[in-house]
Order: sequence, then structure tokens, then C-alpha cells
Amino acid sequence: MDNRESIKKVSTMGPSDEQKRYASILGVCMKIGLLGIVITFILYLTGILKPHVPLDEVSQFWGLKGDKYLEEIGVQKGWSWVSRLGEGDFLNFAPIAFLAGVTTLCYLAVIPLFIKKKDNVYAILAGLEVLVLVLAASGVIPSGGH
Amino acid sequence: MSTKRTVFFIVVLTILMAIFTVGMVQAATGDTTPANPGGSDSGLVWWVWPLILFVVTFVLGILAVLGGVGGAVLYTPIIGGFFPFGMDFVRGAGLLVALAGSLAAGPGLLKKGFADLRLAIPVALIASTAAIAGAMVGLALSDAIIQTAMGLAILAIVVIMFLAKKSEYPVVEKADKLSTALRISGVYHEPSSGKDIDWKIHHTIHGLVLFVGIGFMAGMFGLGAGWANVPVLNLVMGAPLKISVATSKFLLATTDTSAAWMYMNAGDVIPMIVVPSIVGIMLGSLMGVKILTRTKPSAVRVLVLVMLTFAGLRALLKGLGIWK
Repeated sequence: MDNRESIKKVSTMGPSDEQKRYASILGVCMKIGLLGIVITFILYLTGILKPHVPLDEVSQFWGLKGDKYLEEIGVQKGWSWVSRLGEGDFLNFAPIAFLAGVTTLCYLAVIPLFIKKKDNVYAILAGLEVLVLVLAASGVIPSGGH
Repeated sequence: MSTKRTVFFIVVLTILMAIFTVGMVQAATGDTTPANPGGSDSGLVWWVWPLILFVVTFVLGILAVLGGVGGAVLYTPIIGGFFPFGMDFVRGAGLLVALAGSLAAGPGLLKKGFADLRLAIPVALIASTAAIAGAMVGLALSDAIIQTAMGLAILAIVVIMFLAKKSEYPVVEKADKLSTALRISGVYHEPSSGKDIDWKIHHTIHGLVLFVGIGFMAGMFGLGAGWANVPVLNLVMGAPLKISVATSKFLLATTDTSAAWMYMNAGDVIPMIVVPSIVGIMLGSLMGVKILTRTKPSAVRVLVLVMLTFAGLRALLKGLGIWK
């Protein structure tokens, strides 16, 4: 293929509509998530919201195994942090969870485009990925422990 | 910047980091004996280790960019080996660090067409599913076993990174049936040459099988998978190097998201560890990008491999109880 055909192909191809949509949503959500992380951490450090574990006691627990840590601080596994968003330390989980959920949002956003183009294989693949990510997030998959 | 100056700069930076770390620990304890890291009787002010963590991850972010490696492959063994945090929390933080870096880089790479969504989607599905399995296994093992296995894995990664060749434009005679059916191919504009590069892939099934192992290890050890993604995409599947690197960076978000959720649901996330790490590495990466054009990446890559070797040995010996 000569250069003129290549340029024409690039100008007519370029990133696909799905790719552009994925990138746009990712860009916005990523900035929101990172900003959220910084803001909630500042709230945590300044003590504006009282943490569940006092700042000067965190070091007593960070050497433990995860399940032992939860047992020591009296918190359940999974999504129990949602009920503790009024506590400074657990408020940080909100933007962290948001960042972890961004990929799922992006996949959901591109599925309609694949369907519109009758690209059923990729619509199914993207749907399966959403399923995998939602299952991982749900907490129904046992996550080990000692 | 010449090679010698680059090496000098990195060595000085590492020494300063070590001096800062020891100095902070001494100041916080108020005595001259080596601090007893972590534990309830360490006597350290609570903010010392998070601050040290922030500084160290900032340096790691610089080195990761200059050395052309992912931040998490440096983060997990180094933080796990030298900080008083349990391996569950280090791995959880490592996955979130890799995730954050991938999310930050993703938009630009996708818009420029260097990361390819059609290539990433099937690969990511395989890897993310395997990462869940890896996380399940990893979370069921003791710290000692994880440290030992991770130490061996890191040393193997160093060998792979040292020996693996890179092919800027692999020769792919003919796309295989699977990639043709999935229409995994593309054209991208290479700024350095001004040319438009047509690409296609082959050995798709082989690549997907390898991604099972890559995803599993990422979930088990809390490592990013860039060290493996790129050779598989580039050398096995035949994608151009730039497409491979960009797509690898992009698909890390999907692979690490599934594993990160497993660690979060298991309670293996402590904000005091995660947030300084994410902020430190991202700021360090930004700094690394700025100085990248003025350094010789090959020299820094050697230093990074040396650091990884040291971290791998540390993890191995720590896991075996030889170097506590």
C-alpha cells in the first residue's frame, strides 16, 4: 500500500467511535476519581471527619493479614464501608471504588456502539467483561483468607 | 544528558532517598539506634511511614518512566520488602497504583490510536478473569509463601526483561484466522518517521493462553503486568512495539480492576498506604516524563533491573526467613 492510500486509510479510519467514546468517558472519570482521592484524604488527615481507626493507631494494624485487620477494627468484609462513609478513613473508599468502577462504566458505554454497528462478537465480549468486573466487585466470589 | 550524568543523577537521587528515610525515622524516634519498623512498639510518629512511602513512590514513579517499566512491578516487591506493611495491603495498594497509572494514561493512548480497543478487549477478558483466580489463590496463602513465590517471580521477570528483545515492527506475513475474524488490525501514524504503519497480528490463540498466566500472576502478587504484556503482544502476537506498549498500558486497567476488587472486598485496602502511593507514583511519573527526553533510558533501565533484582532477592530471603 503506498503512502497516499495509507493516509486516506488513516483519515477514514483513525480511532473507532467506540475507542473515542471509551477515551472520553475514561478521561473525565479518571480526573474526578483522582481529585476525589486527594480531597477525601485531606479530610481524613485533617480530622474533619473522625476516622474509625485514629490516625495514630493505624500503624498497629497495617502489619496484619487483611482478615485479621478487619476483625481487630470491628468491620465486616465486602461493601460494609458504604455504611461508614461518615468516618474519615472509610470515606476514602468512595473515590477508590469509583476509580475501580471506571473501567466497567467505559465498557457499558461502548456496548451500544458495537450493537449499532452489528458487531455482535465485540458486544458480547464487552458484555462478558462487564460481568467479570461486576462479579469481582460484588464480593460474591470468595476472596480467600486464613 | 549523557549516560554518566544520568547514572550519577539516579544514584544521587537514590542515596538522598535513603538518607531522607533514615533521617525521618531517627527524627521521629529521637534516638540514634536503628528504628524498629512497624508494630505497636516501634515508637514512630504515625505520619513517618506514610511520608517515607510517598517519597519512595515518587522516586519509583520517576524510575519507572525512565526505565520503561510499570510502577507496580517496582512498587510491590520494594514496598513489600522494606516497609512494615502486611503483604495483603501492599498487593492491594500495588494493584490500585497500577490501575491509577493505567487510567491516567488510557485516554491519550486511545485517542492517538496507539492503544487499540479491539486488540485489548479479548485479551483483557482473559487476563481479568485469570486475575480473579490469582487473587483468590494469593489471598489464601501466607505472607511467607507469597514473599518467597514473589521473590522467585521477580527474579524471573528480571531475566525476561534483560533477555527479551523488542521488535519495533514485527514481520507478520499473514493474520491468523482468529484475529481476522475479530478484525484485530489497524493503521497508526508514526510521528518519528512520518509514515503510516499498517499492522496485523498472528498467533492469537498462543497469546491469549499466555495472558491466562499473566493475569493470574498479576492477581496473585499484586503486580502490574506490563513486563509480560508487551513481550507477548509484540513478540508472540506480532503487534508493533508502540501498539504493544500502549495497549498493554491501557489494558492493565481492566486486568488490575478485577483483582483490585477482590483485595478491596477482602479488606486489604488501607487509605494511609494506598493514597500516598498513588499520589507519589503519579507525581513521580509526571516528573519522569519531563526528564525522559534528557536522559538515556537504557542506562536507567540497567539501574532499574538492579533494583528489581535486589528487591526480588529481598522478598525471597524474607519469605524463607533468612533475611527478616
